[in-house]
Amino acid sequence: MDFVEVPVSEDVPSAKGKVKKQKKQKKSGEKATENVPAESEPAEFSSSLPPTFGLSEIKNKQRRRLMFMKFKQEKRKQKLQLRKKRKKEREALGDKAPPKEVPKTIENQRIHDETTVDPEDEEVAFDEGTDEFSAYFNKLINPKVLITTSDRPRGRTVRFCEQLATVIPNAHVYYRRGLALKRIIPQCVSRDFTYLMVINEDRKVPNGMVLCHLPDGSTAHFKVSSVRLRKEMKRKGKAPTEHYPEVILNNFTTRLGHNIGRLFAALFPQDPQFVGRQVATFHNQRDFIFFRFHRYIFKNEKKVGIQELGPRFTLKLRSLQKGTFDSKFGEYEWVHKRHEMDTSRRKFHL
Amino acid sequence: MHEEQQWGGLEFRSEQRARAHSVERSNMACVKSQQCSVWVGAETGILKGVCVSRKQVYNFCEMHSLNRDEEICTITWGDEQETEVLMGSVNGRVKTFSIEKGIFTESRECSDLTQGRFTGLAVTDRSLITCVESGLLKVWPEAGGETVEINVGSGVCRMRQNPSERHHVATGGKENPLKVWDLQRPDTPIFTAKNVANDWLDLRVPVWVRDMAFLTQSNKIVTCTGHHQVRVYDPSCQRRPVLEAKFGEVPLTALSVPPGENSVVVGNTHGQLATLDLRKGLVRGCMKGVAGSVRGLQCHPTLPLVASCGLDRFLRIHNLQDRTLMHKVYLKSRLNCVLVSSKDLQCVSDEDEQLEEVKTEEDEVWDAMETVTEKSGKRAAQDEDEVEVVTQSEKKKKKRTKK
Repeated sequence: MDFVEVPVSEDVPSAKGKVKKQKKQKKSGEKATENVPAESEPAEFSSSLPPTFGLSEIKNKQRRRLMFMKFKQEKRKQKLQLRKKRKKEREALGDKAPPKEVPKTIENQRIHDETTVDPEDEEVAFDEGTDEFSAYFNKLINPKVLITTSDRPRGRTVRFCEQLATVIPNAHVYYRRGLALKRIIPQCVSRDFTYLMVINEDRKVPNGMVLCHLPDGSTAHFKVSSVRLRKEMKRKGKAPTEHYPEVILNNFTTRLGHNIGRLFAALFPQDPQFVGRQVATFHNQRDFIFFRFHRYIFKNEKKVGIQELGPRFTLKLRSLQKGTFDSKFGEYEWVHKRHEMDTSRRKFHL
Repeated sequence: MHEEQQWGGLEFRSEQRARAHSVERSNMACVKSQQCSVWVGAETGILKGVCVSRKQVYNFCEMHSLNRDEEICTITWGDEQETEVLMGSVNGRVKTFSIEKGIFTESRECSDLTQGRFTGLAVTDRSLITCVESGLLKVWPEAGGETVEINVGSGVCRMRQNPSERHHVATGGKENPLKVWDLQRPDTPIFTAKNVANDWLDLRVPVWVRDMAFLTQSNKIVTCTGHHQVRVYDPSCQRRPVLEAKFGEVPLTALSVPPGENSVVVGNTHGQLATLDLRKGLVRGCMKGVAGSVRGLQCHPTLPLVASCGLDRFLRIHNLQDRTLMHKVYLKSRLNCVLVSSKDLQCVSDEDEQLEEVKTEEDEVWDAMETVTEKSGKRAAQDEDEVEVVTQSEKKKKKRTKK
């Protein structure tokens, strides 16, 4: 059954010969190919590609597969030829060649979001200038973060929290001790914490994060995935220093995205210490927020080297709630509703 | 000398221009405000008028003097002809906006920050009714007479007026049951709701009325609560609700009764919007598209339309019959309250009418076109139907693109 070796040949007689050979092989002991069509038919197949009737109408499975393979090969060949031809044309035209087309991706085909923030908009500027984070952005308060977990954390979650605490300056990890968040929050407020971060765990794997800005504002709930701890990382740098890192927020364009970006920005102190050469990145792509922590070095005027310090993880926004954490009576500013919102792959919310 | 003259002339001209400009501006403002059919109050203190047919939004506010203290809590019509809009701010002021002139005509101090936010505004014959969170309900006669004060109990979430008997108001809030007050006899409420019976663990059921509405045809009152119940009270019959329905699992925040009054539209903090049938308390259907908590909800007085706004900063208008989203407008700020005028939302000025005519002509062409059928019998008839449906939908599309 070496169908694969049968080449696609244009001239009919040789094809016939091949088929004859094939038949001989089959006679030598293959049951599955009992209903092979008459001699002339396969010749027609091979000579007239693509066939006049659909490939799916061939009833013999092996035959069908063979034909489909040939069809694909032919297609690939054509494509290659076209590409070569185009390349030649471009070379021939030299400098006058038209610019290359930009490939279509779902990001550049994104459905326009009317909430995209215009930096000159007075109303939005006023709204953002007076919201819950304005105290931080006006440099009135310094961030202080409490990191805790769901009750009885195990395995990676504990280490994940510890490593997060090294990334975020002025962060304190506390054991949850089975306390309710509603009782923790007033205590945090009285101790001047500005953030409460809760890492949720499921079967020893961190899978959720609640980020609550204190004293009175905005609680975001994220899904956490692909957590990679420092130990699991290849070519990682030495442990991070205690310098305040720089923060990069990428692609938070819509109104909701802006809010989330501000939420992340307010986690870190305002004035980064450039001596540390550390940078924390929140990169938003297709509504997934990728966190990376790097150390950089300027090798010369043009080149810069980076070294990842870890941990790395991915966040996806589930909901944004107004006010401090209150899942029962809180008012939600935005809730991700899969069946209503995820109707188009080109629609993004952040 | 010559120069001086020139300067003087210039000055005069610029003055003139400025005056003309201001007149023009006020004209513009009133033209704008007269076009608007939906009014929305924002958390930033901006009154927004939305012209649905033209898809335009106007901010009626000085953009450079915005203040968080002027956050609009509640909004209502100042008179029955709908020429004035009253809005209550957080800082205790009630402002009057004249739609004809397009400017704020009046502003008066009705409360202060310590009393809490306004929970309701209403107008009876020439007097203003205000109610604040602390439970102080005041009636302000226009002629500057003595104000009547009623203490309706603390933690008020909403005060509403009975549209048929305008001196009746209902109040309710957290641990403050539904009460109906006759403002002519302000000593005792004419109706006080009684809490429902204890639950299956024999525990008291908490009270938290979030919003209410009068059913004028049947003299009933419908409320929604922070514990996701919708209750119908019949004051003529008993003090406990005659019907209780539940919707969702999170607090209901707003409610509105569409024309016909046999159903009610409710919204909750997760942005779920649904019509509930008031005969059996079943969900008729949900309206899709809302992303954040619903703060304001109002049905059109005559048409089957409902406008909703909330924390997701969008004004949405749904059709109640097929529950489709008709309009969606981004308004840039979190929105607190919405007011729908009783005129047709698609009301058209001359320009639009012309467009309409063009449309009808086109429709005629479409109607005149025969559907191509070749097959015979049942199948053909079916096909014909299908084709017709398609053409209709195409027409709709055309209309949409026209607008």
